[in-house]
Amino acid sequence: MGTRRAPVDHIVRTRDLYSRLGHEPYRWVRNVDPPAWTRPAKPLAECRVGLVASGGVYRTGQVAFHHRDDVSLRIIDTGVPAAELRTSHFAYDQTDARIDPNVVFPVDTLRALARDGVIGELSRRAYTFMGGIYSARRVRETLAPELSRRLAADQVDLALLVPV
Amino acid sequence: MGLIARRIEADGIPTLSMTSAFSITRSVNPPRAAFLDYPLGHTTGKALDPRLQRDIMVASLAAFQELAVPGAVKMLPFRWSDDDDWKREVMEGGDTRTERSAQPVYQCEADRRLARDAGECPTCVFL
Repeated sequence: MGTRRAPVDHIVRTRDLYSRLGHEPYRWVRNVDPPAWTRPAKPLAECRVGLVASGGVYRTGQVAFHHRDDVSLRIIDTGVPAAELRTSHFAYDQTDARIDPNVVFPVDTLRALARDGVIGELSRRAYTFMGGIYSARRVRETLAPELSRRLAADQVDLALLVPV
Repeated sequence: MGLIARRIEADGIPTLSMTSAFSITRSVNPPRAAFLDYPLGHTTGKALDPRLQRDIMVASLAAFQELAVPGAVKMLPFRWSDDDDWKREVMEGGDTRTERSAQPVYQCEADRRLARDAGECPTCVFL
């Protein structure tokens, strides 16, 4: 085994990057108050799981994301063949995600777990967006309530969130 | 994504946030998280390794039963490689972001044509 290093500090990394480019440091949201907490009501094997991912995933035939604070959503039927999934994102190396979308949008993985009874089912609709939205207020006031409302309408028991 | 997790959980649905950005997750403080110490762009595993992707997902989903404190983070045991040299390369890397334009950016030109031919997109939600 080689050298162990601490996790990459992406707050420090983006601060350094921005200062090299002459930008103001980005101020990440800092929530010191504890988050809400909802206990799962049933075992995993009985749960409908909703999937939300921010790696800029879209399906062929859909409009791709743009790269300037795009707060739009794509609804992706979770029966989708992985070969019809694409990515569009301004910030991360998409090489592997384009070879295998499951590294940022684990649809085959969750389908297999549903088939094997590890989870009850995968919700029919997954939701994707691009992330990297500079305004925390827009996320809080626009995107978050919209996603929450949709997941509730889909009657999911658990939500799995996959950022990049 | 942490802000979204906090809202969904507050509205009554338990959430699990996968993450490969530990410091950001600590700062935004979502209800429940599973940390995978991989380079960004691999939040749920390595490409073309469905067995590993499955192991990562099963270990992550177990956090719904294991975590009992709001804001807790499960540290997943998987390593990207035997050494952690990739982390040094990430810290030393330059700016690779694309230009920030308000035009859709397609993975390939064929996708643009498909989207145009499909007409209005009923599964696109513009907020």
